[in-house]
Amino acid sequence: MIISVASGKGGTGKTTVAVNLALALQADQAVQFLDCDVEEPNAHFFLKPQIKESQDVFTLIPEIDESRCNYCGKCGQVCAYHALAVVKGAVLVFSELCHGCGACSLLCPEKAIREVGKRIGVIESGRAGEMAFLQGRLDIGQAMSPPLIRALKKRLDPGRTVIIDAPPGTSCPVIESVRRSDFCLLVTEPTPFGLHDLELAAATAKEMKIPCGVVINRASLGNGDGKIRDFCAAEEIPVLMTIPFDRKIAEAYSRGQTILEAFPAYREKFLELFERVWKIGS
Amino acid sequence: MKQVVVISGKGGTGKTVISACFAALSRNAVLADVDVDASNLHLLLHPEIQERHVFKSGQKARIDAEKCTGCGLCFPVCRFDALAENDMGRVSVDSFSCEGCGVCFHVCPVQAVTLEIPTSGEWYVSRTQYGPFVHARLGIAEENSGKLVTEVRKKAREIAEKERRDLLIMDGSPGIGCPVIASLTGTDLALIVTEPTPSGFHDMERIVDLIHHFKIRAACCINKCDLNHDNSDGIERWCRAQSIPVVGKIAFDPAVTESVVQGVPFVEYASNSSAAEIRRMWFSLLRLIT
Repeated sequence: MIISVASGKGGTGKTTVAVNLALALQADQAVQFLDCDVEEPNAHFFLKPQIKESQDVFTLIPEIDESRCNYCGKCGQVCAYHALAVVKGAVLVFSELCHGCGACSLLCPEKAIREVGKRIGVIESGRAGEMAFLQGRLDIGQAMSPPLIRALKKRLDPGRTVIIDAPPGTSCPVIESVRRSDFCLLVTEPTPFGLHDLELAAATAKEMKIPCGVVINRASLGNGDGKIRDFCAAEEIPVLMTIPFDRKIAEAYSRGQTILEAFPAYREKFLELFERVWKIGS
Repeated sequence: MKQVVVISGKGGTGKTVISACFAALSRNAVLADVDVDASNLHLLLHPEIQERHVFKSGQKARIDAEKCTGCGLCFPVCRFDALAENDMGRVSVDSFSCEGCGVCFHVCPVQAVTLEIPTSGEWYVSRTQYGPFVHARLGIAEENSGKLVTEVRKKAREIAEKERRDLLIMDGSPGIGCPVIASLTGTDLALIVTEPTPSGFHDMERIVDLIHHFKIRAACCINKCDLNHDNSDGIERWCRAQSIPVVGKIAFDPAVTESVVQGVPFVEYASNSSAAEIRRMWFSLLRLIT
């Protein structure tokens, strides 16, 4: 089973929920953890994995063979991303705009374009106890994370229960992370920001036809979780777990401690969360 | 006109609360929410929308099932795993995966593929009691958030020039990818809002690398600084070593959440020591850019 943890709004507790769920499960089942928040991967602070392998990830960008190119301009016309421009006697390549689709090299009538790799980041893999751990890390200055997330997800192990820690937001990096999950956990907090972004995240999951459920973190903050519950009831999204606001949890987090380390009684609650997800998702 | 962007790397550190305070403290600024993916600033500024604009960007392949012969020539050339054979032996497009490159359109021998430009969001020009406000809403599950950020910034700059406003305050998005890059380029100052946690610190290091990459001036605000004093001290030392001024240290304050629930910029909601610290930070920032 593949469970992704997403949120819309950042800082609601995605990593906290993903990490503690994975830790609670690993006593009874084989677990693989994928940190798909490749712009800011943070799960490693809490799982403290031993990284054994590091693999560079490349996307393909065009390289022009000037001896063959006759500057016909075809590549510039077919590139949907304006990553190639043909000017008098030269082809300009804007590699930061290139999506690596291969249209230019495939369609060049002179076969003057070959594709070369450009590093965008790295996949690091190892173990945290019995848990298989993988994370992507986007290189600074690279704009596009989806190819790195795609490469990371190719290493997904269907023989294990997979927990995916997704990035915040609702656009392409989130879509790529959450795609093909059996279930999506949406972590929110009871503030107007949390609710607003939960609405977006829930609509995203719905559009992708992935069953979802909500975890309300810091449930006692603000006016309490009434409005979140009203929204979930109206949208028929189950609320699967609540975690009350507790400054001690926030302090434990600031020391790199998991909830299970600081409050072992939570193990049962995360196991219950999994039971509920399992019933809906399978 | 000077441009300031509030940014963080890690989400949920307090960018929007601080941006709203700056909006309330400013005298002659244009405001913009450049977190187009999960925008929240409007929940504190209560904009009155004056103009709505459709944002169209990117394209998606669509395959005409009547024309498709199921020859399969398009399968191997799609790099995004977006094409699948459906029950009728025809090809269908998974629009979540399609990046609109058009390779299938070019190789299809029977012209069964069309490329369509979907509406992928909206952007707005609004009035607020604190000044003009440009904001946007990216459609659900859409891409090209960087381009939408660029649109929002362009309009905000136009308004600033037309109305002779001397400052643009932008509420940024988490991460280091395309929308963040689009919000950073050409700004005069990036205020990094962090928190004294391993994630807050680590994500700040990455965003600082990015800011240096673009040769932009940075300043730092440590929010919830009393959550872990050792970590706060560590962040301060690190900032000093990087020559990044720490312009604000704000204690954890439950009144901040109350102000968000009330939908009011914190400096207008409370007049306690945290609010005073945000005011001081605002004036420190103004000194840095003028």
